[in-house]
Amino acid sequence: MRIRPRYTQWLAVTILGGATILTLAVLVFIIVFVLEKGLPVVNFGFLFTNAEDMGRAGGIFTTLIGTIVLPLLAIIVAAPLGISTAVYLTEYTVETRATKIIRFGTDCLAGIPSIIFGLFGFIFFVTTLGLGWSILSGGLTLAVMILPTIIRTTEEAVKAVPKSYRQVSFSLGATRWQTVKRVILPNALPGILTGIMLGIGRSIGETAAVIFTAGSSLRMPSSVFDSTRTMAVHFYILAREGISSENAYGTAATLIIAVLAINLTAYWMMGRFIAKRS
Amino acid sequence: MDAKFDIQDLNVYWDGNLLLKKVSLKIPFCQILGVIGPAGSGKTTFIRSLDRMNELEPGFKMEGRILLDGEDIYAPGYDAVTLRKKVGMVFALPVALPMSIYENIVYGPRLAGIRNHDQLGGLVEQSLQAAFMWDEVKDRLEMSGLRLSGGQQQRLCLARVLAMEPEVILLDEPCSGLDPISTAKIEEALTALKKKYTIILVTNNTKQAARIADQTAFFLMGELIEIGPTDRIFTAPIHKQTDDYVTGRFG
Repeated sequence: MRIRPRYTQWLAVTILGGATILTLAVLVFIIVFVLEKGLPVVNFGFLFTNAEDMGRAGGIFTTLIGTIVLPLLAIIVAAPLGISTAVYLTEYTVETRATKIIRFGTDCLAGIPSIIFGLFGFIFFVTTLGLGWSILSGGLTLAVMILPTIIRTTEEAVKAVPKSYRQVSFSLGATRWQTVKRVILPNALPGILTGIMLGIGRSIGETAAVIFTAGSSLRMPSSVFDSTRTMAVHFYILAREGISSENAYGTAATLIIAVLAINLTAYWMMGRFIAKRS
Repeated sequence: MDAKFDIQDLNVYWDGNLLLKKVSLKIPFCQILGVIGPAGSGKTTFIRSLDRMNELEPGFKMEGRILLDGEDIYAPGYDAVTLRKKVGMVFALPVALPMSIYENIVYGPRLAGIRNHDQLGGLVEQSLQAAFMWDEVKDRLEMSGLRLSGGQQQRLCLARVLAMEPEVILLDEPCSGLDPISTAKIEEALTALKKKYTIILVTNNTKQAARIADQTAFFLMGELIEIGPTDRIFTAPIHKQTDDYVTGRFG
């Protein structure tokens, strides 16, 4: 029996719309739940004083610093490496078996659980290179972890630049590098930024890989060779050890707001950039 | 008179298929050469061999020689980037780069190392004048090139090529997507430009070749069937296939 198009259309709208509403509801619920429990704790003192008594009292200042420094280091290392790799793979090599294997490899790496990267970071950076539990070990581990994401998103962004732009650029006497610099990268920038944002998001929220490599010291780090604790790790420890659920939620709320602020800034910058070019 | 381009026994293969067979011709200075022929006859492959755009795609192979001012442009030491600065190309689809009109035009000169602001400004005015669009856009050079109409974008492409101060201009069906008025403006510009440049115009529109080409070459199935003064090609062609094509019996 054939269902009339009018009904299938109605059914499609209901199912698709229902899925959207359900998804949004879950997201909103989580955010509202965390903010409701956490925001009452968050104030100037909470943000800018150090934790006392393992985090039972006091604020989260040192973990705030840890949360800024680790992802920053990760991005500073991973972005140039990842973008260069992606540009090389898409613009400078012909699609062969080798590039397909590399691409498959990066896809696999992107899907590996972060704790594996943590273990790798512990063995390689912490012990073998003797960097100890430190910002450096943690940042480098996070860099390795987000590298595949940055490579893949950059690749997609670069591939999305119309082929005709490349042709025009070459026909006007540009070398490959001049074409990359003047036409491809500016046009791929919004996509590349998305990849960087994803990378920052992943590093900010990371716990497993960070505990193994940056440790969980609550003291204020004085150099990249000191151990540090990020907000995500702080939240994990506070909640898991039952130290203070109030401060745990306060930390979580701060984390959510921080991620939101970073994303909003990135979108705003992207919008301005695109508006300038079209 | 010596030829600007001297093409000798050019064979072009693409993924093993022979697309151009033994093409030999000379292209003189300061004239318009019209290249006509039905779709798939090798016209585009032919002009894309002249500025080595073909070799950017994998699967391209060529035999024979192409001499520009007596120099083999496919010789091992010959730099394709230098070649493309001398031989500009306008593509079938107008492609404005996503930047301002001004930036579009100074793209080539900047690559050539020109930094001087006044000099770049002069080039912009001069090339837009030559492409008959200076009056239309002189007050909005900062506007994005993407916001121009198709016909304007194609003249922008022509101006962009002119700003490189090339010696040869290749045009690959430049008017195929344009309205008659834009087409007329491009043709007017080309007729004026041939005093300074060697122009090679691939066109699907035989009437366009008849209107502005000094010489016309007819391609069919990858072979150069006939080349000669445009008047003769259109009134007294030697080959029957040419006659059939120019009179519209096939193609």
